[in-house]
Amino acid sequence: MIRIDSVTKRYPDGTVAVDRLSLEIPDRSITVFVGPSGCGKTTTLRMINRMVEPTEGRILLDGADIHAQPVNTLRRSMGYVIQNAGLFQHRTIIDNIATVPRLLGWSKQKARSRAAELMERVGLDSSLAKRYPYQLSGGQQQRVGVARALAADPPVLLMDEPFSAVDPVVRKGLQDELLRIQGELGKTIVFVTHDIDEAIKLGTMVAVMRTGGHLAQYAPPAELLTDPADAFVEDFLGADRGIRRLSFFPSTALELQRSPIVPVDADAAKLGARTSADAPYLLVTDLDGRPLGWGEPRALTAGSIDPAQLLPYGRPFVPGKDSLRAALDGSVLSPTGWAVAVDGEGRAIGVVSQQVIGAAIRTAHAEGRDDAKVGG
Amino acid sequence: MSGFFDIPSDLQNTYFGLIGLHLREALIPVLAGLLVSLPIAQLCVRFRWLYPPVLGVTTILYAIPSLAFFVVLIDYTGQTETTVMIPLAVYSLVVLVPAIVDGVRSVPAATLAAATAMGLSPVRRYFQVQLPIAVPAIIAGLRVATVSSISLVSVGMLIGNQGALGNLLNDANIYHRPELAVNSVVTTAVLAILADALLVLVRRVLTPWMPKESTR
Repeated sequence: MIRIDSVTKRYPDGTVAVDRLSLEIPDRSITVFVGPSGCGKTTTLRMINRMVEPTEGRILLDGADIHAQPVNTLRRSMGYVIQNAGLFQHRTIIDNIATVPRLLGWSKQKARSRAAELMERVGLDSSLAKRYPYQLSGGQQQRVGVARALAADPPVLLMDEPFSAVDPVVRKGLQDELLRIQGELGKTIVFVTHDIDEAIKLGTMVAVMRTGGHLAQYAPPAELLTDPADAFVEDFLGADRGIRRLSFFPSTALELQRSPIVPVDADAAKLGARTSADAPYLLVTDLDGRPLGWGEPRALTAGSIDPAQLLPYGRPFVPGKDSLRAALDGSVLSPTGWAVAVDGEGRAIGVVSQQVIGAAIRTAHAEGRDDAKVGG
Repeated sequence: MSGFFDIPSDLQNTYFGLIGLHLREALIPVLAGLLVSLPIAQLCVRFRWLYPPVLGVTTILYAIPSLAFFVVLIDYTGQTETTVMIPLAVYSLVVLVPAIVDGVRSVPAATLAAATAMGLSPVRRYFQVQLPIAVPAIIAGLRVATVSSISLVSVGMLIGNQGALGNLLNDANIYHRPELAVNSVVTTAVLAILADALLVLVRRVLTPWMPKESTR
């Protein structure tokens, strides 16, 4: 565990970058520092590996002051990922990744085989090993940066806006990859970003900082969205706070209706039987059970349903995997106001109305008051 | 019969002997200049305030005419190759120091921060990161220093025929053999071009990591 104990960083010109910051960074989880530029988030990160020394206060790593060991030993035990990757342009990809193992005195062969292993872990093709950084895309370079930071298997990973310089699609891929890698390795990750959505997506704990180096709120993301500490945090979270919070509620509790689902080859009796007052529309599926679209019962001709005549069904959600946010989104996108639930193979397993989703949201909120730590 | 390549006996050397001598007198000063420039440049990078005065001093030294240099040095080192080479080494500083400083400074801040964060000591950071990345800039400086040094060696003929190929200019005058002057000028130019090409080749071998588009 990393404990930041009333740390202040004041520069000679009087600027206060970090002001009496105290917090505990839990092990094996992702702690995100987020805030506008000049809030001291990067300074805080750099104080953990002593690239910046605090003016007052101290930082403890597993109970011991970080000054207890030589600075370069400390740094080699903490992986560091930076914006634009900061790769060594004069070294091949594999040698970039092998840097810290080499510094720790591993043989060239051992360091390289470890580097090759990491390339695979971060999703880099082994054919890139002998390339130089300029031959890689921004996203690939950032993967190399992550692999390089992980090379010596450090318990702590410091990440300073690592995904800020890549385009949104690549960024999403890198974020998902980080969560996957974290699921496998369980590092203590300290992550700095100015993007609140990134903070909420990645963070187990999120520290919102404001200009002048003050900690505005330190909480799990769901709690942040439910109970912003003050107007600054609320403003920083931005619009759609309520909608975004739904990401933390699972959609498993939704009661799905199976009866309005009919196969495309349904006969008249079946069509009649499935029509009820509750469900003004029927969801027509193909013969494998995959949704084709919505149809009004009266407009459907038994035995010869024309899929081209059906209404679009929006974006289906997967109960157990997707959140209430995805379910609500599906129902809003569907012209009928009903969301379609599918299984992992994309086969329709039920439909649910906006009213039912709305009720589930109210229930989840009521429960969320008691237990704001849902999801993560 | 006196031909293009017949070197007058007063030079006590063959054509190829003169070329060897010329290269020695031109390249040793550049090498010495490089060895002196590296620590000076590193100090300038480390202490930013030092760079402008250092640049001023090297420029002033460069402005001293070689003849004036010879006059001072002759009291200490006599009419020798050394007297020719010392000014050439001093002149190379005006190109090499800024080339190395700019090269080392061109290392991106993110790369330096990453190196520091990975626990590279300042010495390792210099030799493993900053210096290798500065190689293209250093070699660009070496190209200018080498070519100018090769052309400047000829002035050495003024202090007792220590100018290697430049001595042919003097002999051309004495023996009324203008072809010797042509020989001197052409051979010196060819040497300069070959040395330059060789440095470009060295750069390519040392920097496989550079984007191919910017290869000059």
